[in-house]
Amino acid sequence: MRIHFKTSYQHDIRLFPDRWTLCVYGALLALAFALPYLIGEFYLGEVTNVLIWAIAGLGLMLLTGQTGQASLGHAAFLAIGCYANTILIEQGVPFIIAFPLAGVITGFVGLLIAIPVLRLHGIYLAIATIALSVLADDIIVLTEHWSGGVSGKFPEMITIFGFEIERWSMPSRFYYLVLVVTIICTLFYRNLLRSPLGRAFAAVRDSEVSATAMGVHIARTKGKAFGLSCMITGWAGALMGYYAGTFNNETFSLVISITLLMMIVIGGLGSIHGAFFGAVVVAFLPQALSILKDNVVGSGVAIPGLETGVFGLILIMFILFEPMGIYGRWLKIRTWFELFPFARKDMFRRQKSYLKTERLR
Amino acid sequence: MSLLEINNATLKFGGVVAVNDLSFSVEEGEVYAIVGPNGAGKSTAFNLISRFYEPFAGTFTFDGNNLLERDADQVADLGIARTFQNIELFEHATVLQNLLVGRHRHRKTTLLEEMFFTPRVRREEERHREAVEEVIDFLDLQPYRNKMIAGLPYGVRKVVELGRALASKPRLLLLDEPASGLSVEETQDMRWWIDDIRKQMGITVLMVEHDMGLVSGVSDRVLALADGAKLAEGTPAEVQANPAVIEAYLGAGAV
Ligand SMILES: Nc1ncnc2c1ncn2[C@@H]1O[C@H](COP(=O)(O)OP(=O)(O)OP(=O)(O)O)[C@@H](O)[C@H]1O
Ligand SMILES: [Mg+2]
Repeated sequence: MRIHFKTSYQHDIRLFPDRWTLCVYGALLALAFALPYLIGEFYLGEVTNVLIWAIAGLGLMLLTGQTGQASLGHAAFLAIGCYANTILIEQGVPFIIAFPLAGVITGFVGLLIAIPVLRLHGIYLAIATIALSVLADDIIVLTEHWSGGVSGKFPEMITIFGFEIERWSMPSRFYYLVLVVTIICTLFYRNLLRSPLGRAFAAVRDSEVSATAMGVHIARTKGKAFGLSCMITGWAGALMGYYAGTFNNETFSLVISITLLMMIVIGGLGSIHGAFFGAVVVAFLPQALSILKDNVVGSGVAIPGLETGVFGLILIMFILFEPMGIYGRWLKIRTWFELFPFARKDMFRRQKSYLKTERLR
Repeated sequence: MSLLEINNATLKFGGVVAVNDLSFSVEEGEVYAIVGPNGAGKSTAFNLISRFYEPFAGTFTFDGNNLLERDADQVADLGIARTFQNIELFEHATVLQNLLVGRHRHRKTTLLEEMFFTPRVRREEERHREAVEEVIDFLDLQPYRNKMIAGLPYGVRKVVELGRALASKPRLLLLDEPASGLSVEETQDMRWWIDDIRKQMGITVLMVEHDMGLVSGVSDRVLALADGAKLAEGTPAEVQANPAVIEAYLGAGAV
């Protein structure tokens, strides 16, 4: 087991607590940058897809995993980010400004929506946010003049100071763009976690009563979480638009919202790793399933609902057997190896859980 | 002027009068205990001070500030921190993170600075951690610093909750049954801590407690409550000897 000897407070505050983690993530980053030279275009496209989903996952994770507010409306914010970016660029705003702005706009819209919606709790909040997903579709159709309605839109080629990026003809450039956005979002997320606001998020998630007693303004904190969450989601949406090459009112449907929520639950709520693990599952599951299906029942047969069914099944299995998600499982495996051969079977069982009363007695 | 002054506070839950025309005041630097049978309204009095409940009547003044003009989240800013009878910790966070939330009222950085983790945020974080480490040393929480609350035993949770309140460097500390559920040794520790909190840190303590040993050991004055109203007030010995108090605890005919 690694033992941390604390020599200064820097230790806890640093991005990477020790040299070992620094090396691991450094290596991972190096691998990520070398990837276009290592794998073919098809797989690079798939990895790009994973990263885009991971950004969206980070967005929702901030709200659901960190602050404890479920949302089934995040497809709407993907849409806002995507349309805002495309429309801004059509108006002649350069990508380098339009793209960040698209996220900021999405964040502000999210903040406005959060004010009434976040008064609700748990299942009621989930239902209210479903309405967002449904509404987004209608609004896109109604605002056909700007949004292109049912016929949809095609994002223009990205140019950054004359440097062109296009998803199909230059997949590695697009991959690098997505990678940089992923890194920036991850850093934002990580920075928030190690500062007062991130702790206020966790406080609101775990006990609103004592958060209030410690001086945390619940509504304001939830609002900030929703705004930040939507901002990151908006960026993911803009990238999804480029990745898909075309989008219309049906691209960002309720199914996407549900997938996104399932994704972070499977990956592991409340951790950055969880967003990435979940994204891998979401992005590769359809491929894996279709390959499996072709081999088992032959390629001509279509099985409607197979993907959704398997996805749902995986989700149920995780909730039953590993509520901490893939990241939780990973932590356990790692600890097992670190302690080898001293790991005990019931090591991760909770000692006892204590009742928390809603009433303040 | 007293640090905390409560006059004629009344609160009803439906037909139940939880707090009935209650007046008391806590002086700067003292340990003031509230005792009373179950359902006497002790926790309700705390929740009124914390502004979780809106009183039907009464005035609440802390250090010259009208508490009724404040929202529940603004009470901490005045320098009032509290613990809860049924421990309310942040379960899925570490002990360190829990204590750091106690520092919330001292934060100075903005959202944007925190996103970019500017040098100022780093300096502030170091300041917060310094304050929290002091509390960790004071309460001997070193072995648990990086442990998740979810796996901690009851006694440790009680101490962590006390630590979180202390981390906010309050002027007034409200402790709702600090010793309930603790072993004899743990209760003894709690007693030393409460003593030190008052003497070394200069924090005024208002506590609800059933353990009369602890109450007589640490408190300067005691208020006995029954059915939401004041029964007796005075030194621990005076209150314990008061016939009305004995009757409330043991029932009529016991005297
Ligand atoms: N939120 C609430 N809704 C309705 N009734 C309540 C509520 N909180 C407290 N009460 C009632 O108010 C009365 C006082 O309760 P309180 O919790 O203040 O008692 P207490 O003195 O803290 O008792 P204990 O020693 O059991 O903690 C009780 O009759 C209780 O049932
Ligand atoms: Mg009580």
